[in-house]
Amino acid sequence: MEKFKKLQSTAIPLPIEDVDTDQIIPARFLKATTREGFGDNLFRDWRYEADGSPRPGFILNNPIYQGQILVAGRNFGCGSSREHAAWALYDFGFRVVVSSFFADIFRGNALNNGLLPVQVSEPFLQAVFSAIEANPATQFLVDLEAQRFTIQATGQSAGFEIDPYKKTCMINGYDDIDFLLNLREEIEAFEQKNS
Amino acid sequence: MSKTLFDKIWDAHVAHPAAGGMDVLYIDRHFIHEVTSPQAFDGLRQRNIPVFRPEKTIATADHNVPTRDQHLPIQEALSRFQVDKLTENCKAFGVRLYGLGHPYQGIVHVIGPELGLTQPGMTIVCGDSHTSTHGAFGCIAFGIGTSQVEQVLATQCLLQKKPKRMRITVEGTLPAGVLSKDIILYIISRLSASGGTGHFVEYAGSAIRSLSMEARMTICNMSIEMGARGGLIAPDEKAIEYVRGREFAPQGEAFEAAAAYWRTLYSDEDAAFDAEYHFRAEDIEPMVTYGTNPGMGMGVSQSIPAPPSKGNAQTFMKSLDYMGFQPGQKLTGRAVNYVFIGSCTNSRIEDLRLAAAYVKGKKKADNVHAMVVPGSKQVEKQAKAEGLDRVFREAGFDFREPGCSACLGMNEDKVPKGEYCVSTSNRNFEGRQGPGARTILASPLTAAATALAGKIVDVRQDLQKG
Repeated sequence: MEKFKKLQSTAIPLPIEDVDTDQIIPARFLKATTREGFGDNLFRDWRYEADGSPRPGFILNNPIYQGQILVAGRNFGCGSSREHAAWALYDFGFRVVVSSFFADIFRGNALNNGLLPVQVSEPFLQAVFSAIEANPATQFLVDLEAQRFTIQATGQSAGFEIDPYKKTCMINGYDDIDFLLNLREEIEAFEQKNS
Repeated sequence: MSKTLFDKIWDAHVAHPAAGGMDVLYIDRHFIHEVTSPQAFDGLRQRNIPVFRPEKTIATADHNVPTRDQHLPIQEALSRFQVDKLTENCKAFGVRLYGLGHPYQGIVHVIGPELGLTQPGMTIVCGDSHTSTHGAFGCIAFGIGTSQVEQVLATQCLLQKKPKRMRITVEGTLPAGVLSKDIILYIISRLSASGGTGHFVEYAGSAIRSLSMEARMTICNMSIEMGARGGLIAPDEKAIEYVRGREFAPQGEAFEAAAAYWRTLYSDEDAAFDAEYHFRAEDIEPMVTYGTNPGMGMGVSQSIPAPPSKGNAQTFMKSLDYMGFQPGQKLTGRAVNYVFIGSCTNSRIEDLRLAAAYVKGKKKADNVHAMVVPGSKQVEKQAKAEGLDRVFREAGFDFREPGCSACLGMNEDKVPKGEYCVSTSNRNFEGRQGPGARTILASPLTAAATALAGKIVDVRQDLQKG
């Protein structure tokens, strides 16, 4: 997993609520057996017509909006547990998703892949949407160590929560599996006790 | 100290209280399937490590399999590759596989309980959000991502933050024509598609206790649709008797010893929950969804509500536009050309019996394509033994072989663009059953009635007519 400490970037707004993982990556694209390449089909049915031509109204097809931060309405990532959703966002180039609420499984999958979920209040989320609407070139700063998300143009900023353990993992690029493999003896002792 | 059912099971499985608010949770049973496991096995290969406890993982092929001619090689190349990959991985790592052609093959959440692999008090995970199904037996069962599948394969453990506890109590007697699917669609419509997020739900109350084990599975199955990590029901004698004698359940004295422990699994009287909800069974009618998330549901006699004053009216209208509906409309009488009876929510033998009893001796409407997909080879076998396949065929339904099928349209079983499908599955997301498909979630009874009428009907009126 790649390390993440700080990111300054413009952001892409998706002011839709309850974006489910079937929209992020439809099931028919889950047939690959590797983690790479899912970005091509990110938001496939919102982004492309059935014949493969881009749908001009969709935000990812509008060159005015660029950046490594996706800003989305509440309850982002609900539905299926497919980690392919986190892979697709990451593969497309996103490193941060900002929302006022994340579905549990998506949040966990994102953190396990170096994609930082930043949860802010609903009013602050609306302020972020407004800032992008006013100027798509607005820069945002995500500071993981300080757990702070800042709208650079206005200086407005909000703190965000992250488990201390997952924070350490993100900053150092560690996987849970490294941690668990080091606990082999404890796990075996637990099995002994319960057998 | 008083504990909830959830806490009793969780606390018994903490192998190591890790720092930072996470616990190392030991996993008793791990189910895998072809779609969310290949990258996890590759991870093990890259680290050059084996599966730590191969006997605790069970594999099946379900998401991506055809529901016709399963004895022949899979025609679609990518699907075949993925299913072959599962076979290859299971062989290489010593994992038990109930693949295509095996008498135990089926939807992962159907085969676990029917084989007795699912037992009260267990922790169960699978790379599939509907793992919550197994909670019907009093298990902590939840869906995980592929990185976590790899963690369980490598260590039989997961790092988890303990969720909050919610209790949903449903008291009373269900009206005729109202099934457990209607209970859970009703609950989700009240709590919304995110109302359970961060929580593990215990379902309680006389209406829940009165349900069969299969009906309870339908309830727990859809816990994720309100955002909950999982849902569970305290195991009672019904649960214990369901497990007794099944192939992989403990046998003889070992079973009695296990059952004695299972009987201690309930929430203590004064145990505290972070959130509580109460509903009355008498208030529930057959449910249908009108939008593009399972929280957008209503009683079949109701009208589609106006856009919410609080919350995002734009998202609400986008959803109705996709469905081709307007606020204030009723759905009864609306023509529907597709009906799907299947999925991990409603493909068990009781579901098939209910639907078959309803359609017996009748014919589907000419405009309807109706498909019945049993949840497993064992369900299929039982259905055939009871002649249900014949009942369905005579009524003009297509009776298929087991798999996830049109619930998520990974195989050929898709609903065409713009068409409505009354479906017993669990998700009405945009494009879930195929690009542009419009899904209306309902119970097996409402689905069967829709197939006969060719339009959405209130099954209660039909039942009254007798």
